[in-house]
Amino acid sequence: MTHTAASKPILKLMNVGKSFHKQVVLKNIHLTVQRGEVTVILGPSGCGKSTLLRCLNGLELIDEGSIRFNELELTPKGRQWQAVRERIGMVFQSYHLFPHMKVIDNILLGPLKVQKRSKAEALAQAEELLERIGLLDKRDSYPRELSGGQQQRIAIVRALCMNPEVMLFDEVTAALDPEMVKEVLEVMLQLAREGMTMIIVTHEMGFARAVADRIVFMDKGSIIEQGNPKSFFSEPQTDRAKRFLQQFYEIETWKGRDVI
Amino acid sequence: MELSGLELLLQSMPQLVKGFIQTLLIAFYSIILSTIGGILFGALQTIGLLWLNLLTRFYLELFRSIPILVWLFFVYFGLPLFFNVHLSSFTCAVLVLSLWGITEIGEVARGAFQSIARGQRDAGRSIGLSTIQLYQYILFPQALRRMIPPSINVYTRIIKTTSLTVLIGVTEVVKAGQQIIERTGEAVMIYGSLFVFYFLLCYPLSVLSRKLEKRMT
Ligand SMILES: Nc1ncnc2c1ncn2[C@@H]1O[C@H](COP(=O)(O)OP(=O)(O)OP(=O)(O)O)[C@@H](O)[C@H]1O
Ligand SMILES: [Mg+2]
Repeated sequence: MTHTAASKPILKLMNVGKSFHKQVVLKNIHLTVQRGEVTVILGPSGCGKSTLLRCLNGLELIDEGSIRFNELELTPKGRQWQAVRERIGMVFQSYHLFPHMKVIDNILLGPLKVQKRSKAEALAQAEELLERIGLLDKRDSYPRELSGGQQQRIAIVRALCMNPEVMLFDEVTAALDPEMVKEVLEVMLQLAREGMTMIIVTHEMGFARAVADRIVFMDKGSIIEQGNPKSFFSEPQTDRAKRFLQQFYEIETWKGRDVI
Repeated sequence: MELSGLELLLQSMPQLVKGFIQTLLIAFYSIILSTIGGILFGALQTIGLLWLNLLTRFYLELFRSIPILVWLFFVYFGLPLFFNVHLSSFTCAVLVLSLWGITEIGEVARGAFQSIARGQRDAGRSIGLSTIQLYQYILFPQALRRMIPPSINVYTRIIKTTSLTVLIGVTEVVKAGQQIIERTGEAVMIYGSLFVFYFLLCYPLSVLSRKLEKRMT
């Protein structure tokens, strides 16, 4: 994705820090995301990727630094997160659809109860989105009747139907059977092509490389390397990133396939 | 002429029925108030605010460590004495049983809310729901199912505990029975009918609760 360098960033994190009890989980995070940009965050387990995403929509509160979303400063305590969350969608590893609601009600809850939109208009959009992911015939199903891949695509639609400006994806294919990973990634690729601003945490290296405008590599709560995917994957700057990528290449070759 | 047991029972029926109704009314109001209050009480405990936790904890301990009977006496005899507040014995009974029932249903509700996967809260919040909406649309509908069997058990305990209110002068079924016995000396028949009354009320409830519980697992 190309974008004009002069445009104002949609998200700007400055010196963000976060601890759980005395354990430092994020420190010194500086990150700028432009509108329409796709940022992929990579890093070993426990390095703070999920926590970073959760700080962006206030599911966790930061202890240090500041986060600016458009013109809004998200840092002060008591910020009205509800208004921010309407504009920042999030998709989780285990989908978290609401099990007691039909697919269509899962999708419409936010638009109707939070955004107070008209039923007809929201419904039209929900059905159009369902149509696009090929699941319109599941609109009256309950989540338990769907496969993991279908549930996850519904979860994406649930977030999209709020018309967010940014979408956060936290390892959304990690809980899926291999044959369902692709259908979810395709939806995300399509979104990226349409110019959605996305921040993605994933362990799918091939996908990361294909979708990312920028790779952010984290280790032990800090960003230790950032760059465009081509240079990151071909010549990582830090030893830590080299070793991290090496593991993936090794596993790929175990499978007897070509390295990405 | 001596009255036969059956005739005596028939003759005392109106008085007994009055007692039954009184017992049922106290139980009914207490159960309604306990349910509404208890769900709120349980929800407040799971919001995760420190001051709310301390407050609810304190309230809970008051009812855990002081017997219902003492509460009944306190409200019925103590309130007029210390605060010049006079409540009828019926109101006192409903008040105390409800305040106690709120802690019991509250524990049931707290457990049910806490048993819902954490991700449901995250997902609800991430689409911008307020705390009230989160409970209203996401957590409560899911918790309700899990609440029903243990709540029914609390209801049977509330029904049984209404018998304590005889001690603050409520003419519920036990009191009515005692009055008849005093008048006629016929204890076996009357106590027998009390026995049957409580059993018929509580046993089906406890069976229902067990059935529902089984069906859910
Ligand atoms: N709510 C919490 N309370 C306490 N510690 C937490 C909490 N959430 C995360 N942590 C800790 O913070 C660290 C970072 O966790 P985080 O989930 O952000 O890592 P991650 O990079 O997403 O890992 P993974 O790849 O396994 O998902 C971990 O050590 C984790 O144990
Ligand atoms: Mg994670």
